[in-house]
Amino acid sequence: MSGVEQGGWETVIGLEIHTQLATKSKIFSGSPTAYGAEPNTQADLVDLGYPGVLPVLNAEAVRMAVKFGLAIGAVITRRSVFARKNYFYPDLPKGYQISQYELPIVGKGVLDVMLEDGTVKSIGVTRAHLEEDAGKSQHEGVGVSAIDLNRAGTPLIEIVSEPDMRSAKEAVAYMKKIHTLVRYLGICDGNMQEGSFRCDANVSVRRKGAEKFGTRAELKNLNSFRFVERAINIEVARQIDILEGGGTVVQETRLYDADKDETRSMRSKEEANDYRYFPDPDLLPVVVGEDFIDAVRATLPELPDAKAQRFQSQYGLSAYDAGFLIASGEMADYYEAVAALVPSDAKLVANWVMGELSAALNKDGLDITQSRLSAAQFGALLNRIVDDTVSGKLAKEVFEAMWAEGLEADVVIESRGLKQITDPAAIGAVIDEIIAANPKQLADYRSGKDKLFGFFVGQTMKATGGKANPVLLNDLLKQKLAP
Amino acid sequence: MADQTLASLAAGLKARKYSSVELTKAFLGRIEHAQPALNALVTVTAESALAAAAAADVRIAAGTAGPLTGVPIIHKDIFCTSGVRTTCASKMLSNFISPYDATLVGKYKDAGTVMLGKANMDEFAMGSSNETSFFGAVKNPWDLAKVPGGSSGGSAAAVAARLAPLATATDTGGSIRQPAALCGVTGLKPTYGRVSRYGMIAFASSLDQAGVITVSAEDAALTLQAMAGFDPRDSTSVDVPVPDYAAELQQPMRGLRIGILTEFFGEGLDPAVEQAVRDSLAVWQKLGATIQEVSLPNLPLSVPTYYVVAPAECSSNLARFDGVRFGHRCEDPKDLLDLYKRSRAEGFGSEVKRRIMTGTYVLSAGYYDAYYLKAQRVRALINQDFRRAFGEVDLLVGPTTPTVAFGLGDKTSDPITMYLNDIYTIGANLAGLPAMSIPCGFAAGLPVGVQLIGPHFAEGRMLAAAHAYQRETDWHLRAPSGWAADFEPSTTGGAA
Repeated sequence: MSGVEQGGWETVIGLEIHTQLATKSKIFSGSPTAYGAEPNTQADLVDLGYPGVLPVLNAEAVRMAVKFGLAIGAVITRRSVFARKNYFYPDLPKGYQISQYELPIVGKGVLDVMLEDGTVKSIGVTRAHLEEDAGKSQHEGVGVSAIDLNRAGTPLIEIVSEPDMRSAKEAVAYMKKIHTLVRYLGICDGNMQEGSFRCDANVSVRRKGAEKFGTRAELKNLNSFRFVERAINIEVARQIDILEGGGTVVQETRLYDADKDETRSMRSKEEANDYRYFPDPDLLPVVVGEDFIDAVRATLPELPDAKAQRFQSQYGLSAYDAGFLIASGEMADYYEAVAALVPSDAKLVANWVMGELSAALNKDGLDITQSRLSAAQFGALLNRIVDDTVSGKLAKEVFEAMWAEGLEADVVIESRGLKQITDPAAIGAVIDEIIAANPKQLADYRSGKDKLFGFFVGQTMKATGGKANPVLLNDLLKQKLAP
Repeated sequence: MADQTLASLAAGLKARKYSSVELTKAFLGRIEHAQPALNALVTVTAESALAAAAAADVRIAAGTAGPLTGVPIIHKDIFCTSGVRTTCASKMLSNFISPYDATLVGKYKDAGTVMLGKANMDEFAMGSSNETSFFGAVKNPWDLAKVPGGSSGGSAAAVAARLAPLATATDTGGSIRQPAALCGVTGLKPTYGRVSRYGMIAFASSLDQAGVITVSAEDAALTLQAMAGFDPRDSTSVDVPVPDYAAELQQPMRGLRIGILTEFFGEGLDPAVEQAVRDSLAVWQKLGATIQEVSLPNLPLSVPTYYVVAPAECSSNLARFDGVRFGHRCEDPKDLLDLYKRSRAEGFGSEVKRRIMTGTYVLSAGYYDAYYLKAQRVRALINQDFRRAFGEVDLLVGPTTPTVAFGLGDKTSDPITMYLNDIYTIGANLAGLPAMSIPCGFAAGLPVGVQLIGPHFAEGRMLAAAHAYQRETDWHLRAPSGWAADFEPSTTGGAA
């Protein structure tokens, strides 16, 4: 189901993406940010909100936020201000979250996103502000809740989009683009299972052509691309049902339940907290000068869009192939390392990286950095295709053996005898035997049954164990079958 | 003991007139004697004090002592002290033992001072009479029926009764200067950012400033030397060099331009207090200073401004006291909301609740602009007024309080009257300026304080003026009788 085409309704989506910054220590304390430690072992007195403690801003978090802003061409706020967002919850030790409100560090920017049909859409980024993450509450059975404050104080940037997306697929494409970007920038590990990259979606529908937005629901807890798409589509259908039934959508926060595949109400607008934002008097305004911004700009890597362009022009790849290969910087690096070893056929390299290699990685649940084959090993195999040592078909067998046993291409080819036969005399001799053994087929062929050519190819291949060079085989067979 | 100032006690220690253990025992004796009547301390740490004193004596004997080594000190119970409970005079924290030392406490520890105990105060430093303490009111050592002022009432009463030569204190709207004035001692509030706030339990972060109560300005200079300086743990502490305050004391008075604030000499000022303050001006004049009137037209707005800004910050700062991780927790909460509501309802006193509610209100959606934002604008105007004034004069002088110490219970039923007691002191907090109160006489048998306010980081100039005054007068050496006399250290001629 697609929101755009549903019976005259138009879907409007804005995303708030929470990106945990990959700093070593927390945003306002010296505690480490590593994931998965024993509960409450990575929370110091500042994270625990002890009486008398004070926050001290981690400059690295500021640097990373600015880096993101520069990457989307956004306005960098020269003087941004931390504010307190006040509410009570056990995983929020101070009773307030330190965030940015009126003056976020990153202002308006824009991101170009390629949609499935190949068109490019510009999605506005309203702002990105620095803030601290809360801890985690774990509800363990009746009447017992446990609090783990390891995550409390982990730096985040919350990237707020304009309500520019018109379908769940667009939202996912935008989110994936941000995901790619923050990993390129090295400011987030992008691990969605661990919550390093998560999002809330503001979803509403309106009659096509209407100017006013419909009443929105905010969907929480969307921690995978698939959930984002599912949750939005379910929510859109729910809202359309309500409106077509003559009802009104209530502004509220809804939770997506992946197990039940439904969204349900968490709290309505009336129940929403009044956060009583005000500037945090414990922290000075963050002032970034031109020098600082220039220094951060100098650390920007080649960004995804530029890389995709370059892959198309430098390697002659299609936009689709380039887009696939640059989706992660590590994949792109791997591709380039292999392509450098196989300079004559960059397209072959792309096909193999996107085909056999990606399939093998997926099957084993690995990412490219965990590939069982180094770029050098993989390149050596592809060179054996290029130099006609193995056929493309047999190369797949070689690849599988290399992947499973960690062997070099030449070793597999040698030990399994998969080397292509490229000696015309040897192939000719086999053909002669086949022709001699099949006089009837020869006669039929010569009398006009062209289809029998395939029969002779098959027989010859069979006799050579599939190793005959196909081009050579074709040529020789044509000569010898000719009357 | 003839030695009552910190400077003379430190000299006595250095000259081995007495050991730190002897001194500590004497002061602990005074505390034991005075505590039932004055209630100036929340916690007395006799045992650890004697151990610290013994360690100080070793340093003194080894010749590695600093200027404050072996000197007894009392810390206001708002400063976190590792292993010793830190209550903020609240039921909420009556069982709270801090796992760490405040930066200021650590600095005094490193300097070799001997902590005798923790001073009583208004609950969470909210009050001007020390009557909001969970541990009961502190009495004024000059007259037990009078308040000592607040919120640092315990610190001021303790120094006034000579239970310690110095006590740390904090000042958010006058909480050092007002009790110093009412108890006849010297109180110094440094520039905002001059002394670290780390480990000082926050009331209103943009106004809170740590300082000290001593007998003399010279003592205040000595102690400021120990506490001042940038703290990487406090982003609002300021990284400017710390001068040699003892040397600064020698600044000449000749040519010093003193401004007297027109707004401080109006309605509500007790004539006897006014007289004492005006008399003090003559002393500086005699020393060569010039006096001129200065007007700060926006200053009368300081009380309403303060009572928006301070409660707003406090409502947020005190949110962490929720019964979850530390402090008071109600019995058998039935759910989370019940835990929050009852823990806080039971843990906080009524003045703290009043300010939390006021603060929550002024930050609420729909009221923020009208209250908080407007208050911040007025604050900026007051700041401007001061800046303009300091273009014309070097120091501002005026009364610290409108009256001398009032009676216990006199103002508890009317918070507005109570708040107006800080009418002369709040301005310096709103503008972050250094200010102090020094004794300048008596009215109706009770001490009167004169207030000095300087430009940012001009503590040296201000202390010099106070020191010059105290060399000409002995108001600061007058102590209430009956508290200290019987507890002299047994002088052993320097055996340590």
